[in-house]
Parts: sequence; structure tokens; C-alpha cells
Amino acid sequence: MSHDKKQAALDEILRSSGVDVRKCMRCGKCTATCPAFDEMEYHPHQFVYMVEKGEIEKLAASPSIFKCLSCFACMERCPRQVEPAKLIEAVRLSVIREKGANHLKPEQVPALLDEDLPQQAITSAFRKYSK
Amino acid sequence: MQRIGVFICHCGTNIAATVDVKAVAEALGREPGVVFSTDYQYMCSESGQTLMRDAIREHKLTGVVVCSCSPRMHETTFRKAAEKEGLNPYMVEIANIREQVSWIHKDVAEATEKAIILGRAAIAKVHLNKPLKAGESPVTKRALVIGGGIAGIQTALDIAEAGFEVDIVEKEPTIGGKMAQIDKTFPTLDCAACILTPKMVDVAQNEKIKIFSYSEVESVKGFVGNFKVAIRKKARYVDEEKCTGCGICTEKCPQKKVPNEFNMGLDTRRAIYIPFAQAVPKVATIDANYCTMMKTGKCGVCQKLCGAGAIDYKQQDTIVEREYGAIVAATGFNPMKPTQYNELGYATCEDVVTSLELERLMNAAGPTAGTLLRPSDKKHPHTIVFVQCVGSRCDAENEKGKPYCSKICCMYTAKHAMLIREKYPDTEVYVFYIDVRTPGKNFDEFYRRAVEQYGVHYVKGQVGKVVEENGVLKVQASDLLSGEQLHIDADLVVLATAVEPDKSARSIATMLTASMDTNDFFTEAHAKLRPVESPTAGIFLSGVCQGPKDIPETVSQASAAAAKVIGLLAKDKLTCNPCVAESDEMLCNGCSSCEKVCPYGAITYTDKEFRGPNRTTLIRRVASVNPAVCQGCGACTVACPSGAMDLKGFSNRQIMAEVDAICKM
Amino acid sequence: MQDVKEFRPKIVAFCCNWCSYAGADLAGSSRLAYPADVKIIRVPCSCRVNPLFILRAFQRGADGVIMAGCHPGDCHYTSGNYFARRRMTLLFSMLDYLGIERERTRVEWISAAEGAKFSKTMNEFAATVAALGENKRLEDLRCKK
Repeated sequence: MSHDKKQAALDEILRSSGVDVRKCMRCGKCTATCPAFDEMEYHPHQFVYMVEKGEIEKLAASPSIFKCLSCFACMERCPRQVEPAKLIEAVRLSVIREKGANHLKPEQVPALLDEDLPQQAITSAFRKYSK
Repeated sequence: MQRIGVFICHCGTNIAATVDVKAVAEALGREPGVVFSTDYQYMCSESGQTLMRDAIREHKLTGVVVCSCSPRMHETTFRKAAEKEGLNPYMVEIANIREQVSWIHKDVAEATEKAIILGRAAIAKVHLNKPLKAGESPVTKRALVIGGGIAGIQTALDIAEAGFEVDIVEKEPTIGGKMAQIDKTFPTLDCAACILTPKMVDVAQNEKIKIFSYSEVESVKGFVGNFKVAIRKKARYVDEEKCTGCGICTEKCPQKKVPNEFNMGLDTRRAIYIPFAQAVPKVATIDANYCTMMKTGKCGVCQKLCGAGAIDYKQQDTIVEREYGAIVAATGFNPMKPTQYNELGYATCEDVVTSLELERLMNAAGPTAGTLLRPSDKKHPHTIVFVQCVGSRCDAENEKGKPYCSKICCMYTAKHAMLIREKYPDTEVYVFYIDVRTPGKNFDEFYRRAVEQYGVHYVKGQVGKVVEENGVLKVQASDLLSGEQLHIDADLVVLATAVEPDKSARSIATMLTASMDTNDFFTEAHAKLRPVESPTAGIFLSGVCQGPKDIPETVSQASAAAAKVIGLLAKDKLTCNPCVAESDEMLCNGCSSCEKVCPYGAITYTDKEFRGPNRTTLIRRVASVNPAVCQGCGACTVACPSGAMDLKGFSNRQIMAEVDAICKM
Repeated sequence: MQDVKEFRPKIVAFCCNWCSYAGADLAGSSRLAYPADVKIIRVPCSCRVNPLFILRAFQRGADGVIMAGCHPGDCHYTSGNYFARRRMTLLFSMLDYLGIERERTRVEWISAAEGAKFSKTMNEFAATVAALGENKRLEDLRCKK
């Protein structure tokens, strides 16, 4: 990937996630919390660091983005409000959009709803399971 | 026979967990002469001291043994308590059963046995203790500060503020020290010169302060309250009184090729020079190693130009003798030269610089007038790599560097990175670190600002190789978080080198008989409770000479040292150490052996009349000790062939009694 | 009856107040263990140690005597340790002449910052003395009960 394209991909992730990766001080709380640790190739702290370094392509190609449970524990625990889950979410979204296919259709939504889940988790799950 | 009281301290569980304190109290209670023996949780506490005082009164004790922590910790405490009850303080002895027993032994039976033996030795000693009375000595109400950096300046100003005279001895031609070379200060980023130079002016204008610039301490004699110091005023070949600091000589001197040490050798100065515009005293100095007149006898330009007639090529070093009551060491530091790390290329690549060199490259008064240009081609660097911990935190056993953390590098590197990113946003800045250590008020926030606001790339890892190829510095480094080796093409590499004590500190410490640690930092009297005093009475510590410090910490310590000095100078008389040598005139044969070994000249000989046999009178030459001058080392006691010399408080019989008690078991 | 108890040497350590005694304190506060057989006597300076004290210790049944002072050049009293060094050199050669093992006596320079060195030195010295066994040559039997 050319430098410009790489930068564009990075900018897109940063824009859509709204995350400031520079705030990360690499304490590892996110990875320490992550329930899906064993399943993941890149763990939440690596995720943040790789985004900081602009390695979006590597992340997009990794199955890790679909192993994330979207439980948001990392966001909840992060002492600096970096919100790694939002980054993972953003990369996942970019991959799904790239593939361009099967978006969830509005009429499918009600059947999938679970009253007990937080809104954000539902939205995230819909994106994930409908690829 | 003495009536001795024994007090065993639990020190919470520090002693009681390993030593059976009840058993010790019981065993020592059976020793001859012991009339009272008990144990208590904290002997040093108010109630512990009361317990001791009550026992002294009720049991009419004539001697006290406290089995507790090191006498270096609480001997004075217990002696003061005894004195309040009318017992001579020197009738109190300490058996060290914490540092020497409970803290180093695990087996209770073994530790208890050792505690009993140490207690017995102390009891045996107390049996032979005699009440001692401390003499008094006068205090010279003037202080000496060695070193004119920010530490020395602050100490001197604070002492002068209290109304005492202070002399500053500075080996360079100007005071100011390292802080004068610094561009901006963290975490507020105000300019160092703007906050330092007014203080330098205050020093120059203060009537109580005398500056000996371009001078060194030659010798120190005497003791607390009464130091006699010889100061060597090095010949600067310029009459300080006449020189007006106009600077014409420094502009016209034809010898232009002298490396400018103030700018870390990054540019040149003349052979006659004033280090920087705000120098105090603002007096020119001739560098005899480079001056054409001094070397060949042909030139004399400065002499011809000097309107004040201040130039004197024949000036000699002069020695000034001064008396002081207290001495403050403020000898400061130097950043280590990283030439031994070949992999970092400092010796081979011009564009690998130290942080202090970068400081000059960014300073408006520096060689580039404040524009950041790299030394080799004077071009603007676009990629800069900072390397942390160069020479710091190395294993103490090998020779790679210093074992300690230099403490200030994390912060000044964050400062440099931030300033560069602010002034030149087109520059990429990488910082390679092992840890980022930024404790301190507003310090971590400052470092985070460098990362978050200024986008400095902090990489956990180290630089392994720097090689120059066609004007580009090829940096090979590690990124431990991603487990990769990085290759960066840099224009400038900055090394945060370890802080090391100034080379002069070692010889000054020897003159002051102040102790130093293995890294040549001055040792404090107590690491926690007496951090600005040397174990040697009357010697105080200010600034980095005691350990790495940033400016705020240095200034705090400088003021703390000043407070201690003021406390000393405010006294009219000092209590002397009564544990001094004493000569038995009846045994003395006048041989002068003791006089020869005395380091203080405390022993003199007098001819005295003695009664001889058959009503005759004999005149004999006998030694007498001046108790105000004797410091109680005991060298004379061993040198004396007739056994006439003894040391009060550590007498031959007392030490022998201890030996016997220990060997008896 | 035969004494089957394990041999524990008696070791007297003379430590100067300014460096080695402080070094021993540091060893203590750093919890660096050394054998309980070592008992410390505090003296103001190593130059206060009269060779007689060392002979007295041996006479009273000590198995080893060690003297510790400030490093040469670091003496609190400027020159005390130099005197001590010379005196001990003479004493040791005399002890050698008397047939006392040279290893039973030792001089070490230990600064206030060298807690680890203090502990290491005492461990080594205690091991050396323990290996030499009981000192019988100088012991004054009249002092034994």
C-alpha cells in the first residue's frame, strides 16, 4: 500500500472510531481484561499500538477483529479512555464495507433484538453476525 | 559498683519477632550490677522514654543499657532522656540488637543468644563508663559554599538572607553552573536564563556574599564551627577590580580558534573571553593555553585595547585563607561523555549529540542563535531520534555505566521533543525508552502532553546501532511492544547521557572528610531524616552532589541546607564531643609519639613540675590534649608507648571489657 | 563426656563508627544475613584499635578477629586508617611468627554504602575461621572456667 493510501486508511479509522490512540500509555489493562484473549491474534493493546503506527492493513486481514466479543470491558477499564473496542469496531466496519455485501436488512432487526443488551452491543453484534 | 538498668526494645515486631525479648530481659537482669531489667514495645517513644526516666529515678540507676536499634539512630534520644533525669548522658550505652541481630538472623534461639551477648558487652562497658562533660567551642559566623551553580546560589542567598556572611567558591570564571547552559526548564517551559540570571545578579549585589570565581578550595582544616580554608584564586591575567566587562578584548583578540566549553565545544571563542553575556562576575579571563602573548610573548592586543588597564600577563595564583563555621558542598554534576558506546556513534558521527549539546543548539544565545541546525551540514533535521538511559541503569558490577537512574532525562527529553515538535511541526521525533519515569508535580501530565498533543513517537525499546551513510544516520532499534526491529533514517540522534558527579567532588570530599558512596555522590547523615547533612559535623550538602536531582528539587535541597547552616551559625557556642583523648601525666614520658599522629594538632607539650623522691622537684615534659580541638579518633592512644593516652568513652578498659564479654559466651 | 556440638567460632569485629559500623547498619536494614558468630564492637576509628585488643580477644578464646574501617583516603579523621593499616601489618606478621594462622585475622575497608560488602566479607571470614577450627594456640586456659 502506498504511503498516501495507508494514511487515508488510518485517518478513516481514527475518524469513524473517534479514538485518540496517542492517549494510550501502554499499561495493558485492556488486554488484561479481555475475555476473548485466547482467541485473538492481536490483543487490544497491540491493536491500539498498531493503529498508532498505521498498520491498518495487517489488522484488517486478521481474524482477530471478528473474535472480539464487543463486550466493551476494555473501554470500561481503560484508565485513559482510549476505548480499544471502538477501534476494533471501526476496523471491522471498514472490512465489512470493503466487502460491500450483505448488510443487515431493517426488517430482520426486530427478531434479533434482546431487551437486556446495551444498544451499542446490539448494533455491534448485528454488524458482526451479518457479514 | 554501678546500678544499671537494662531496657529491651521490641521495636514493634522489628526486634520482638526474631528475638525473645522477655528472655533477653531476664538473662540480662541476672548480670552483676543490673538492678532493673525490662522490655517495652517502643523504647524511643514518649512513653518508652518515660519508662526509662521513671526507672532511673526509682531505682537510683547510675548506668543505662538500651538494647534497641543502631546507636547511630537513637543514641542521642536516649542520652537526652537520661540527662533530663539528672543522669550523665554518657552513662547510657546502646546494644544494637536490630540491625545486628533481628534484621539479619532468622533463628529465634540464635538471635536471642546473640542479643544477650551484645547486651552483656554493653553492660560490661557501662560498668567502666565515667560521667563526661562536653566542652564548648566558638562558632565563626560565616559559611562557605563550594560550587556556584543553582544549588550554591540558592544556598548562599538563603544564608545571606538570615544575615550571615557567605563565600561562594566557583572553579569556572562565572557562577551559574549547568542551569546557565540550559535553554528552557520543565515542566513550565520558562527560559532558564530568565529565572537564573536575576538570582546571579542578587548574589553579586548582596553585601553578605563574596564570590571567589575561577577559584578552588586548596585545603580545609579545623572542625565544625571553626574551619580554616585555603582558597586558590587562579590567575585569570585580568585584574578583577579594574575590568569593567566591556568585552572589547573578547571581540578583538586575534586567537579565535578556542573550543567554547560553554557551548559544549560546538563553536569557538577567543583566548580572552567572558563565558556568556550575563556572567557574574562580568570579568574577562585569559585562557593561558591558547593566548598568543602568554605562549610566544608576541601579541598584547587586549592590553593595548583595554581602557581600564586591567590586563596583567604576569598575574600569579594567590592563596586566600578564610575562616568558616559551616561548609556546604554544592559541587554539582556533568553529563557523562558517551564515547565508550561505539554502537551509538557519538565519537564518529557529528550529528549524534548529547542532550546538553542539543540544549545549546536550541538556545537563542547558543552557536546557532536558537535555530535547530545539525552540526555537520548546518541543515534543519527532519527526523530526530532520542535515546534514553545512555549510561544509566547499568549493572553495578561491570564497567558499562552508572548503576543509578539519572532521574532528569525522561523529563528533559520530553521537553526537547515537545519544543522541537512545536517549533518545527515538519519534524518526526522518536524517543526510545526503557521506562518513562516522570514522578513529580505536573511531570507526568507534561510527558503525556508530548505524546498526545505534540505527537512524539515514544517507542519502548532501545537503539542498537547508529551508522552514518551519506549524511543520513541509519538507526537500528527495537520496538518491544510489537516485537520488531526498526530501521529509521534519522538526521539527528540525541543521547540522554547519565549524570555523573563533578570530578572535583572526590578531592573536595577528602578535604572535608565527608564520606561518599561508590558512585562519588556525597553520603547524607541519614538517608531519610538528615538528607542535607554529611555525617561529618558542619558539612552540608546541596544539589546534585548528593544524588541526581532536577532544578526544583535542587532548589528545595539548597534552601534546606541553608536552613541547617543558619541553625548552626545562629549558635554562639557549640557543644564539643566529650569523647576526646586524655593524657595521664604520671605515665607520660614526653616522647612526642602522640603529637606526630594527631591529625588536628590537638596535642601540645608542656614542662611541668612533679614531686620527686626525697623532696626533690622534677621537671618533666608531658603531653596535654586540647579538648576543643581533639575530635576523638584515638590514633594517639595506640601510638603511646607508655599507655598514658586514653580515649574517654572508648577507653582501653572499656573496649577490653567488651572483648571479654563477647568472648566469654 | 565428649562435646558433640557443632563448632561455632567466636568472631570479634572491630568497626569504625563512620564507615564500617554504618555499613553493618546498612547490611541490617537491607536484611543481608551473616553468621551470628560475628559480634561487632564499635570504635570511633580503625586507628583506635590497639593491637592489644586483638591479642586480648585471642587470649580470651576468640577464633577470629576482623577489623573494618573506611577506605584509604576516606577516613573521617583524614589519616586514621593509614595508621591502622600499618599497625595491623606489623601485628599480623608477629602473629604469623607466633604460629597463629594468618587467616584468623583480617582487615577490610567497608564504606557506609557497602552493606552488601559487609555481609559478604563477614560470611567469607566466618566460613574461613570455621574451617580453621578452634583457636587453641593463644587461648589463655586460665581464662576458661
